[in-house]
Formats: sequence, structure tokens, C-alpha cells
Amino acid sequence: MSLDVEVKDGVDQETVDAVKELSGTYKYGWNTDIEMEYAPKGVNTDIVKLISEKNEEPEWMTEWRLQAFERWEKMTEPEWAMVSYPKIDFQDQYYYARPKSMVEKPKSLDEVDPKLLATYEKLGIPLKEQALLAGVEAPEEERKVAVDAVFDSVSVGTTFKDELAKAGVIFCSISEAIREHPELVKKYLGSVVPVSDNYYATLNSAVFSDGSFVYVPPGVRCPMELSTYFRINAENTGQFERTLIIADKGSYVSYLEGCTAPQRDTAQLHAAVVEIVIEEDAEVKYSTVQNWYPGDEDGKGGIYNFVTKRADCRGDRAKVMWTQVETGSAVTWKYPSCILRGNDTQGEFYSIAIANNMQQADTGTKMVHLGKNTKSRIVSKGISAGKAQNTYRGLVSMHPKAKNSRNYTQCDSLLIGDKCGAHTVPYIEVKNNSSRVEHEATTSKVDDEQLFYCRQRGMDEEEAVALVVNGFCKEVLQALPMEFAMEAQALVAISLEGSVG
Amino acid sequence: MGLPDIKTNLTDARLAAQPVPQSGAWLAAARDDALARLRAMGLPTKRDEYWKYTDPSTLTEAVAQSADVFDAADEAPLYDGIDRLKLVFVDGVFDVDASDDMAPEGVTIERLADAGAADIHWAKDLYGVLEAKGQSPVERPLAALNSATATDGVLIHVTGTPSKPISLIYRHADATSDATLHHVIKVDAGAEVTVLENGPAAARFNKCMEVDVADTGVFHHIRAQGRDHERRAVTHIFGRLGKESVFKSFTMTANGVLTRNEVVLELTGDDAQASVAGACMGDGAFHHDDTVFITHDAVNCESRQVFKKVLRNGAVGVFQGKILVQPDAQKTDGYQISQSLLLDDDSQFLAKPELEIYADDVACSHGSTSGAINEEALFYLRSRGVEKGTAEDLLVLSFLAEAIEEIESDDISEDILARLEAWLMRRRG
Repeated sequence: MSLDVEVKDGVDQETVDAVKELSGTYKYGWNTDIEMEYAPKGVNTDIVKLISEKNEEPEWMTEWRLQAFERWEKMTEPEWAMVSYPKIDFQDQYYYARPKSMVEKPKSLDEVDPKLLATYEKLGIPLKEQALLAGVEAPEEERKVAVDAVFDSVSVGTTFKDELAKAGVIFCSISEAIREHPELVKKYLGSVVPVSDNYYATLNSAVFSDGSFVYVPPGVRCPMELSTYFRINAENTGQFERTLIIADKGSYVSYLEGCTAPQRDTAQLHAAVVEIVIEEDAEVKYSTVQNWYPGDEDGKGGIYNFVTKRADCRGDRAKVMWTQVETGSAVTWKYPSCILRGNDTQGEFYSIAIANNMQQADTGTKMVHLGKNTKSRIVSKGISAGKAQNTYRGLVSMHPKAKNSRNYTQCDSLLIGDKCGAHTVPYIEVKNNSSRVEHEATTSKVDDEQLFYCRQRGMDEEEAVALVVNGFCKEVLQALPMEFAMEAQALVAISLEGSVG
Repeated sequence: MGLPDIKTNLTDARLAAQPVPQSGAWLAAARDDALARLRAMGLPTKRDEYWKYTDPSTLTEAVAQSADVFDAADEAPLYDGIDRLKLVFVDGVFDVDASDDMAPEGVTIERLADAGAADIHWAKDLYGVLEAKGQSPVERPLAALNSATATDGVLIHVTGTPSKPISLIYRHADATSDATLHHVIKVDAGAEVTVLENGPAAARFNKCMEVDVADTGVFHHIRAQGRDHERRAVTHIFGRLGKESVFKSFTMTANGVLTRNEVVLELTGDDAQASVAGACMGDGAFHHDDTVFITHDAVNCESRQVFKKVLRNGAVGVFQGKILVQPDAQKTDGYQISQSLLLDDDSQFLAKPELEIYADDVACSHGSTSGAINEEALFYLRSRGVEKGTAEDLLVLSFLAEAIEEIESDDISEDILARLEAWLMRRRG
């Protein structure tokens, strides 16, 4: 599908080309031919110990994992989501895979295997400390994005670490944080998403191999955007990463997350946990463009994405904003949540979920209002095409003590074609009367009049649908950081490839 | 996977206390089928997702909790100015003497107990049949219990347009009564009927109503559940709508320690219209649950769900509503609104308004809000000299109005409104 991108002032041809580049079917389906080292297939206490050992973890961490594993063995898979997939054989996958070249940890990015660097280069994520984003006109210092690149089970490297350290910001892989900053990890790990939280989070607690760690000290505005790029490369391998972000009093950080995987015939498992702790007056923005391999048109292959993400606004006036563009994965099971514990805290959730072909998405958010004068806002846009099923599932809970709180929820669904489904399952629990909760949801098809108008102006049908869909998603796209918004907008069009006619 | 022991035991205990009656020809077979359904599902517990917000234990336990009988005379009778055919049940048993003659024009009415013994009966195709259909995709075990164990109720076959509404009056006389009633209503093509219901019925009341509206048939239903603070009730309406038919049901509820009203409708004919509405006012120990499931299975149908709840002094309001649009039900217009007005900080509103849509050419929406009385509106009325209590009452009534407007008959909606006003007045003394 071709995509015409409107050229705005300040956007040069390079950017336009970069975005055009994105057009087409799943672009990240290639794999990197690299020698890997695997742990034996399956999961048991030995594997848990092995992962801990590979990461050179202290004993308390190994113990923490083993306790999680013991608990996980007694749990059963949740079945309440509107997704169906063949039973997962948790013993028929690899839980740890790392490139052989990473066995000896590279001391700096210069020592990293060129093949790995080339992989990220090809993905458009250069692991070089330079201005990264093609054509975005901005002063040099504002263009920096620090990247932590995770390849299968290990973090390949983290850029701009030194510069961040000067500001007091710690940005590194979680395995490094466990070794270098145990006091912080001990204090916060599992404090937002407890080990017992749910089946996949418990499994993650036992077997997570790597992920990112961020600590922003009091009063610091993180000098650049931070990001993690997750790449699954190895076959039959699950990726279990753990992200822990701590924004101390009065700090600010914007965090981006991207993910892709090669095209394979067998489904692969991805079960991540993201924990965010936000202290008094701090603010965190977390943006995700999820573009895991969605499987082919017949639903063969693809990533099963079971993710637990939660932010805890512990201090007064803490703020969090989740923005997600979910276009990939065969199965998505993901509910980024906000615990509004402090008084005057704020949570926002902006989501676009696109499901095409045989994709199934069950996603939404939880807004748990515990403190006084807390505010939350949910804007969810679900688009279904092909034979896909797309469900918004959410909770808004106003506790008795959350006086004068406010929630506004809007969930809209758009159906393209008559073989797909769009569903809305909100839970609303109001336990005090000074709070106001408003929930609105609509389901409709692409407006014929709008399509007709576009067609009249010479667009073909797919282009017209893409334009209407982009308009439908506008409120969410606007909430994304600029470079993500560009990518997301193009992705929206790609994900709907072949859905018309 | 077998049924958990807790459910098996619960069901066994209840059936021991309330056995399946061993009489009737076709009815015996229908009861056996219902019993098999019940045994397969087991009675619900509060761990069931569908009972997340309402604890069913007092509805399922073997012996009903007692409920004091209140003096019916301390309240203006409802529907008094309306010419209607009265059918009276006392603690769930039909009272022939207190009822009108059951032979009006355009309709035949029989007691379940009498008709069940016949070899052939039209109700055979409906009794327990619509209920069984309504057990999927969500189980409703208390309705299966009703079909299996009900001994009384009426079978109403509407063949024309009866000149007056049929009024089912439920009197409560015994503080420990545990009543189960099952009604079947068949509205023929082109026929039209209005069914009224009111009264506390019993200390515990399980009522099931199956309604089949044929093509172009019209069914109106207005019910008032009130009085007796300690009463408990679970009710089910299973409706099937034919082509161009109309189904409208409105329920007003006040008082009652526990009420769960389920309405399960299936729109099977094109161009059918359904409306389910409710207004409730809860004060104190009051738990009221509206659970509605509407399935669109035909083209160009319209459905509306309008529910309003006013809650105070710890009252709890629950709404679980669902619109399911099947793949071929194109041009569906589905609307759902659930709103609560919380008059103090002790009350709660718990809602789960769902959409499940498999057709693309549809317009479905739902809205849900919860909050306190609008201070600005209150201030406006006060600044015009309206006394505070009166101003609050006016705002409460205007809040409930959207649900009451769903009632087609002006006479009846005025009657309902008058009853609500009287309740508000009484509350303020």
C-alpha cells in the first residue's frame, strides 16, 4: 500500500521518505543469522537458577525468583479474556537465549558484535550516540534518545549512559541494576506488580532475563527521552523482560518502547512486566509502539503477548500517562494500569489497538482511584478488520476515600468488514458520591460519506480508509511523542493492509 | 470438568427443601429438562463472574430469610385509576376469589397448575424453552430452578387486542413465604397486550416470565417492585421477538433488601424493537441489580436499555448490561445508558455495560455515569425560592424521567411518577 504523507513545515524530504519506507506489509519479519547460546528447553528450578547465574545475580534475587516459580507452578492460566489460541506448552520453549558474542560482556558499544549493531541499524535504531531521528528539525541537544536494546534474553547495550549519569539518571539493563544498584532494585522490584499478581507476571518474576532500569533522582528532569527496543530473534524462544522505572520526587521522564520479531510459522511467547513508581510531584510518560509479528493471514505464527504494566502514583500530585499503539501480535493481553494512591494524582491512558486478519486483542486499562482529588482519563480506539477480534476491557474504581475524583472514559470501536468483531467490557465501581465518572462507548463502521468524499478527490479505497482511520485515532496519535506519532500513523495504515475489498 | 462440591451441595440442599413437583403431563417433562440444566450448572455463588457485584447466597440458600409484612394500606394503591383485569397471587399462590374472571376478549388465561395436566398445550413449546435458550452464553441457574420447581403461574395466550391490561398483583401475607412463579405469555401475530405487575409477592420471590412475541405483535410490561423492606427477589424475563414486533418493559423498584432483575431478549425477526428500562430508588439496606442481555439476530432492529438509580444511606445499585450483535444482524441500532445519582458517600454504583459486536454496519453506543446532585442546578432552584428538600426531589425526579419516558402509556407513567413522588415525600416526612 502506498501512503501519501502530508509534508508539513519543518519536515524535510528525508522524513517523508523514512515514513514512506514504513509502508508495506510487516517489514521486520527478517531474522539475524547469529550464533546463539540456549538454556535447555522448558522451565524448572534449574532453569530459573541458570538464568539467575547467567546474570550473575546475588542470592536474594535467585531466592526471589525461586519463590515466584514455586507459586507459578500452582497457578492456572486465566481464561476470562476474549481470546482463543491453542494451549501453550510452557515446557516446549527456550527461556534463555543470548548471542554467543554476548557471553563476554562488551565493555562499550564499540565492542558489540557488528552483526547485532547491524540488526538495530536495519530496524532503524542505531546504537550510536548521535542524533537519531531522520529529519526531525530540532536543536541538537533535544534530539537525543537514549536506547537500551534488548535482543532475545539479553541487553545488548545502552546508549548515552555517561551523559545521563551526569544528570544523576541511572539508565541501564535490569541485570546490571541488580548487580550495581541492589538497594534500589530490592526496594522497588515487585512493589507495584507483586510476584503473586497474575499467571504471566508470576512466570515473568521467575524467569525474566533482562529488561531496562531507570531511576530519576529528585528534582531531575531527564535530559533526553529514554527508550527500550525489544527484538525477539531466536525461534521457539520466549522473551520475558522486566522494566522498572522509578521517578523520584519532582522528577520527569518520558520513556518509549518498541518491539518487533521475525516472521515465523510457530507462535512465540512474550510475557513482560513493567513497573513504574512515581513519587510526589513526579511525572512519567510511557509510550509504546507494539509491532510484534502478528502472524500471517491465516493466523499462523505470531507473538502471544501477555503483558502486565502498572504505574503506582505513590506521592501526591504524581502523574502518569500511558500511550500505546498496538498493531502487532497474534494475541494481545495487556492492561496498563494506574494506581492513583496519592492525593491529586493523575492517570491517563491513550490507546489505539488495531487487529487485522486473524489477530486478537484484549486490551484496556485499570484506573484505581484511592487518593482524594484524583483524575483519570481513558481514550481507547479499537479498530477491527479481516477476521480479527478486538476487545476493550477496563476498570474504573473510585474507592470510598477517593473524594472529589474524576474519570472520563471514551472507547470507540471501528469495524472494517463483516467478519470481524469489536467488544467493550468496562467495569465501573463508584463508592463515594463526590466523584464523577463518565463512560461513553460507540461502535460503528467507517463512515460511507467520509469515504465517498475521499474517493471523489481521487484516493483509492485503501488510502481513503487509512485516512479516515487516522482521523478516528487522532486524539491518541496526538498524545504520542512526535517521532513515535509519525511511525504510529504509518503503522496504522500498514496494519490495515488488505482489509478493504 | 465436574461441578465444584460447593455448588453441588448448595443445589442438593435447595432441591431437598424445594422439590420438583411430580405432576402434569408435558409439564413434567419440561421440569425434568430444567432440573437437568440446573444440576449441570449448579446454583450460583458470589465467586461467579456474573454475580461479582451481587451476593446470591440469600437467594440460593435452602430456607428463605423471613421478611416482615408491611401494611399495604399506608400507601396509595398503584394502577387504581386504570381499568384492568386483576389476577391476584398471595405468597405465590393464585387467589381465585380475589381475582377477576379470566375470560376477557382477545386472550385466554389459564393457571399453570391446570394447564400442565393437559396432553397437548401451546405452552409446551415455550415453557422452559426460552429459559433454556437464555442459558447461553451466560448461565442463569436460578431461572432453571424456577422452571423445574414452579407450581403456579399463568399461561397467557394473546390472540387479539384485549380491551384492558392484565394486572398481576403479588400480595405478601406470611413473613416466611418463599414463592416461585412461572408465567408464559404468547402474543400472536398482530396481537397487542399490556401486562402490569406490582406487589412484594413474598419474603423471597423467584419469578420467571417467558414472552414470545410473534411477527408484528406488541408487548408492553410495566412493573413496580416495592414495599416490604426485607423482601428478596430474583426475577427473569426471557423474550423472543419476531419480525416488526415491539417489546417494552419498565420496572420501578424501591425498598427490598435484595433484588436481581434479569432480562434476556433475543431479536430474531427483522425490524423488531425492544426497550428495557428501570428506575430505582434505594435507601439504606438496599441492593438492586439490573442484569440485561440483548441479542440482535436479525437485520435493522433497534434496542434500548435505560436504567437510572438514585441511592442513599448505603444503598447499592448494580447494572450489568450487554448488547450482542450477531454477524448477520446488520443495521442494528443499539443504545444503552446506565446512570446513578449518589445522594451520600455511603452508597455505591457498580456497573458493567458491555458491547459484543460481530457485524460492521451497526450503530451501537453505551454510556454510564455516576455522581452527586448537580450543585449548580440545586443552587439555581434554591435561588428561585425553592426549599432545599423540594429542590432535591425535583432534581431526583428529573433524573429518573428518562427511564419513565420509556413507558408508552401516559396514564401509567403518571401513576408511576405519582408513586415516586409519594415515596420522596414520605422519606422527608
